[in-house]
Amino acid sequence: MRILLGLIAALALAAPVRAAVEIQEVTSPGGIDAWLVEERSIPFVALELRFEGGTSLDQPGKRGAINLMAALLEEGAGDLSAQEFTARREGLAASFDYDAYSDAISVSAQFLTENRDEAVALLRSSLIAPRFDEDAIERVRAQVLASLRQDEKDPDTIANRAFMASAFGDHPYGSSGDGTVETVTALTRDDIVAAHQGTMTRDKLFVSAVGDIDAEALGTLLDTLLGDLPETGFDAPPPATYALQGGQTVIPFDTPQSVAVFGHEGLDRDDPDFITAYVVNEIMGAGSFESRLMNEVREQRGLTYGIYSYLAARDLAAMVMGRVASSNQTMAEAVDVIRAEWAKIAEQGITAQELEDAKTFLTGSYPLRFDGNGPIANILVGMQMDGLSTDYVNDRNGMVDAITLEEANRVAARLYDPEALHFVIVGQPEGLMDEASN
Amino acid sequence: MIRSFLTALGGLVLATAAWADDEVTTFTLDNGMDVVVIEDHRAPVVVHMLWYRAGSADETPGRSGVAHYLEHLLFKGTDTLDPGEFSATVARNGGSDNAFTSFDYTAYFQRVAADRLGLMMQMEADRMVNLRLLDEDIATERNVILEERNQRVENDPAALMREQLRAALYLNHPYGRPIIGWRHEMETLDRTAALDFYEEFYAPNNAILIVAGDVTPDEVRTLAEEHYGPLPANPDLAPRARVSEPPQLAERRLTFEDPRVAQPYVTRSYLAPERDPGDQETAAALTLLAELLGGGQTSVLTQALQFESQVAVYSGAFYRGTSLDDTSFGLVVVPSAEITLQEAETALDAEIARFLETGVDAEQLDRIKMQFRASTIYARDNVQSLARRYGAGLASGLTVEDIQAWPDILQAVTEDDIMAAARMVFDRNNAVTAWLTPPMLEVTQ
Repeated sequence: MRILLGLIAALALAAPVRAAVEIQEVTSPGGIDAWLVEERSIPFVALELRFEGGTSLDQPGKRGAINLMAALLEEGAGDLSAQEFTARREGLAASFDYDAYSDAISVSAQFLTENRDEAVALLRSSLIAPRFDEDAIERVRAQVLASLRQDEKDPDTIANRAFMASAFGDHPYGSSGDGTVETVTALTRDDIVAAHQGTMTRDKLFVSAVGDIDAEALGTLLDTLLGDLPETGFDAPPPATYALQGGQTVIPFDTPQSVAVFGHEGLDRDDPDFITAYVVNEIMGAGSFESRLMNEVREQRGLTYGIYSYLAARDLAAMVMGRVASSNQTMAEAVDVIRAEWAKIAEQGITAQELEDAKTFLTGSYPLRFDGNGPIANILVGMQMDGLSTDYVNDRNGMVDAITLEEANRVAARLYDPEALHFVIVGQPEGLMDEASN
Repeated sequence: MIRSFLTALGGLVLATAAWADDEVTTFTLDNGMDVVVIEDHRAPVVVHMLWYRAGSADETPGRSGVAHYLEHLLFKGTDTLDPGEFSATVARNGGSDNAFTSFDYTAYFQRVAADRLGLMMQMEADRMVNLRLLDEDIATERNVILEERNQRVENDPAALMREQLRAALYLNHPYGRPIIGWRHEMETLDRTAALDFYEEFYAPNNAILIVAGDVTPDEVRTLAEEHYGPLPANPDLAPRARVSEPPQLAERRLTFEDPRVAQPYVTRSYLAPERDPGDQETAAALTLLAELLGGGQTSVLTQALQFESQVAVYSGAFYRGTSLDDTSFGLVVVPSAEITLQEAETALDAEIARFLETGVDAEQLDRIKMQFRASTIYARDNVQSLARRYGAGLASGLTVEDIQAWPDILQAVTEDDIMAAARMVFDRNNAVTAWLTPPMLEVTQ
């Protein structure tokens, strides 16, 4: 494959909608809000649920409880054991995915029109009445521990975790939501039950649905599915304070290619400059061949297979981050080039042609994201979590087009700070050692 | 169940099959280029894909990686396009583009607004015949593919182990070479190697055009005849006759040790038949066998090794039938903390033996077939993955009729078919067993 995208898509701006997507704002009889797009041509529904807070709601000393809890939701519910639950779901040909992220727990479901009620009843049991049987806890705990041991030998994970630990210390953002071998080993069933009750609550809930269903039927479905969730749960932690200064940290690891994670503080999603920053970063490092970082580090010099930067505007902190991998022999040169580009865009800004090309791409690609029930449902729930209204769909391209070169360059200077830029490099990079710029 | 752990193992993807025949139209241009149109009018988007029936298994010995290297170089300009201008033009039209290389094919694609389809065809047709390679681009891009190899393989002990396993599985067939290439051969790839491959294989009579999305077959035909129609067929294109495997007479085993391995596991690959034109029944039985044995929480291996005993933290079975030549059927067990690799392998073998004795659970088979039926509905939501299935199938020697018959062939598989396929495929003389482990002296098991 010519380029490997991955992280980028997941972290991109909550996406806008083509005008042809008609979003209905639905409130169920029981008071649950949802966004709906009716799409009757294929007989299934894609349903997306998000519970705001995610693993950042882990209680003191219980790191990893929410992640383990989410992994256990499909391991038995109501009067069904883990295998009975799976057999029932397979027999309905429904898919349920449960994931815990740092800012949200996500539940993604797809089910056929022909057995919708049965699928919803089964999904409900996993959300409302998960069993958390001891044997399931031990089985899944062993999987989590195996995964944590793997992480300790993975250069990307080592780099990410070191960066976040240095940046955020004891705040939940400073550690992995998966927990550590020690914390996960110590978790009890009571901790997992508490994690369930504290996170999957009505006051943290966002919902979208796309597919073969109308507003009335969706309202009934939502009350059945979610009406019995607790009202409230854990409080959110305070915002995280970014504490990392400019420089570089080298973590020795015996592997032929070094991996670097780099970045510094960024702009919040509700910052008035956010969308301008998003466009500027598209030019700097969005990962396409048109970005400056890709052009300078890969196309001109062949120092990497892939490099990107992105705006990580999370609920409790905002950063601009990037990632690159390069041979131990060439990582030092890659770091120099990235630092130079960081300074250049801050000092000299972008060109009118770059801005024009980025606008054309971003506005032209705008409708292309809405090409399936699953993707649309995902986008709609993300927009709600970002506090956007359904109007954003129609306004977004105009906002991008209205950005002037002067504004873009003001925001470039605000966003990129070469003095604050910190690299965490994992590998045996020749000629690189720890440095702090102040 | 922990999903990140599964993905960390990599490549254990199960084939699903699904499409809606009535939305698919096919025809062939006069110069021999096959065309498939998949209609989906929900959004004003098209995916334009051009597949060449040429992959890493078609390379000249000594030039491993050249198919993939050429794939990169196709973005480096033509007589009329500067290096990078192809992708820049796609981006300026709001689209995105990429490409990929496999054992049996190389494919290029763009996702773009439906009214830009003609421009995509114009540029793709241009680089089929007018590639222009500069020395500096050749050298820089060779470093890029070496960095790609670093990222995908050298930095990942499991990927290094899989290379060794494949090389041992295929005694004679080029599927034993990695798609990305052996490093020492990649370092010697040059303009001549790339252009030789280009001139031999890049021609309309060796290509498949797939257009999926908001278009009609008539629109595609008109545009395809305008842009691809004038390109001459390559009269010297040879049939795809590759060397075949000799009888395999001895089991192979390997132990791959690397200090970067945190979680040991054992995996075994058996040589297995692939889907062939007009003859997909055995492949269908193997597809269902993989689901029965390792397709999730209720599968035979998971039930035995993770529920009845706690031998494993993960177990699985995998089979990909879409392949021009002999493919493989794989098993994997990731042992629990106190279990050795030998104990895990012994438990795996015992479970396979028990399955061969007791046979198929009829209810489990019904559930799997139900999911395959439903996948024909869900698949309509993702037209790009439909396009990829047609492309991969056609480039792997199947016909459109074969691809469309596949769902019914899966439904028709009986318990006896599955057991016959299992008895045929589980022959240790046709297999490689690999252990992935940290250096053994340091293992406390």
